[in-house]
Amino acid sequence: MILCKGIAKIYKNGEIETTAVKNATFEIKDGEFIAIMGPSGSGKSTLMHILGCLDTPTLGTYLLDDKDVSLMDDNKLAEIRNQKIGFVFQAFNLLPRASVLRNVALPLVYAGVSKEAREKAAEEALASAAFPQNFWGHLPNQLSGGMMQRVAIARALVNNPSLILADEPTGNLDTKTGEAVLHAFQKLHMEQGRTIILITHEPYVAEHAERIIRVKDGEIVEDSKNHQRRLVNNT
Amino acid sequence: MNSSDLFQETYSALLANKARSFLTILGIVIGIASVIAMVSIGQGAQSTIQTSIEGLGSNLLTIMPGIVQPGRGIVSAGRGTAQTIKNEDADVLRAIPDVLYISAEHQRRLQIASQAGNNTNSTVIGATAEYEQVHNVSIDRGAFLSDQHNRSLARVAVLGPTVATDLFGSDDPLGKTIRINKINFKVIGILKPKGGAGFFNPDDVAIVPLTTMQKILAGVDYLSTIAVTVSDKDKMPAVQEQATALLLERHRVAEPDFSVISQADILGALTQVTTTFTIFLASVAGISLLVGGIGIMNMMLTTVTERTREIGLRKAIGAKNRDISLQFLAEAVMLTFLGGVIGVALGWIAAVLVSQFAGIATSVSIQAVLLAFGVSAAIGIIFGYYPARRAASLNPIEALRYE
Repeated sequence: MILCKGIAKIYKNGEIETTAVKNATFEIKDGEFIAIMGPSGSGKSTLMHILGCLDTPTLGTYLLDDKDVSLMDDNKLAEIRNQKIGFVFQAFNLLPRASVLRNVALPLVYAGVSKEAREKAAEEALASAAFPQNFWGHLPNQLSGGMMQRVAIARALVNNPSLILADEPTGNLDTKTGEAVLHAFQKLHMEQGRTIILITHEPYVAEHAERIIRVKDGEIVEDSKNHQRRLVNNT
Repeated sequence: MNSSDLFQETYSALLANKARSFLTILGIVIGIASVIAMVSIGQGAQSTIQTSIEGLGSNLLTIMPGIVQPGRGIVSAGRGTAQTIKNEDADVLRAIPDVLYISAEHQRRLQIASQAGNNTNSTVIGATAEYEQVHNVSIDRGAFLSDQHNRSLARVAVLGPTVATDLFGSDDPLGKTIRINKINFKVIGILKPKGGAGFFNPDDVAIVPLTTMQKILAGVDYLSTIAVTVSDKDKMPAVQEQATALLLERHRVAEPDFSVISQADILGALTQVTTTFTIFLASVAGISLLVGGIGIMNMMLTTVTERTREIGLRKAIGAKNRDISLQFLAEAVMLTFLGGVIGVALGWIAAVLVSQFAGIATSVSIQAVLLAFGVSAAIGIIFGYYPARRAASLNPIEALRYE
């Protein structure tokens, strides 16, 4: 469960102060599928960094599973990211030299999990992300964009996180493969009850979520249930 | 991240850039190889000198005309030009207790020819019968000089093995005639080879009676060396002192116009020379090692920049600063360690080749090898530390965005 109270992020550059996020207050329950939507420069990326424990807020408190993350140091944050958060990035960010299986297992390397347990978890995660088994030994550059994003989703799942954060996951994909990736998220949400936060600037992508938080100029301007939810059905 | 994961990461990262890793290693390889080769040549020279000086005779005091100060080297101050040591000086020294043998010598380089027409320019030593005991020489065939030869100004010679082969090849020189400075000498003995590749080759000599040398060959009445054997090593300093006092008195001078040098002095002086030589060679080689280390640092900095996004991702999925810096440090140490292994092997081969083809004795010591490994690992840590720190201190957000 996520609870944000009066979160603000202020960047100081000499004398000039820039407020990227101000007074953000919201709650996300376990099992929700949320889209954070806003144009570029709206502060949604900063919000995502804070939610993903990559950054700490200047003001306010952020409780992730009842733990106050806002005051933690770098190493503690790394541990939280490792255990509770799975990231999916726009540019996939897979290690070019490592096989699909090793890429997926990478977060568990830093968690100190044994090799056998790591591989088992990676195989399960790849199955959940509907990634075909005969490509498990391939290198990322031998895969299509959609396939690479599935590997990234599997990597985000492998540590069984409380929260999956997807930052423009369809940004580098064409509409059709984008749909397939969104379908994968919806499936994870419905079948496994995962908590997913989708960050996007496209209303079309955001409409795949249950709830949409709209951000503009660093402020939350709307937080409502999505009534015209798009459900991908390409089974 | 445990060590086997770390090893696998390092291994795959280095293999991903084979050519670059190899070229970077090359700097370390050359550095380590030259350190090993240079140090082993230096140490080889040192042990050669030590054995050849010990082979000159044990408990030996050498008295030379002129002032020779140990530490400045023995090749100084007019050896051969000073004429202050006379035959009588040798007799005076017999009065010292604990003196076993005294060998009065006059030596110079002269032309020696065989009747077959072979020529050699070698050291001709005018010596007495005691030369044999003092200098530990042993006769291979024939006999050494006797007192009778000396009394009668006999024109006989004992040849070192090098001179013998130079003049006669595989023929037996015993009983044959040689010409030293156009005067005929009969060969009465051949020395056993002593070996030694130092500055003085004890096999490349011809020994003739001292009287013959002084009166017929050189026409002088002075000596170039008096070599004294002392009964016991512990009595060397006392004998050295007594000899100095006796000679001072005999020469009626306040400051000595001669030098009494013990073997330890010569060894000490030469060891100093070879040590300096070794340090000089090793430091030249060490500079190339330093350059190699800078190459490692350069490559690691490039790698960190290239893999900024990877670092960002690793941090995002939970790598701590320590994990990141360890990963890059491991890469640097792996590079230098590999360089160290190849370098030691190459240096060893070089040392063997040098002693095979250049005739310089070398000895590769375990200390030098361990030192090389230690140094290469240290270079990895020192020159890998800064790039690793730089990688670890990257901000994950900015690193993920890096283009």
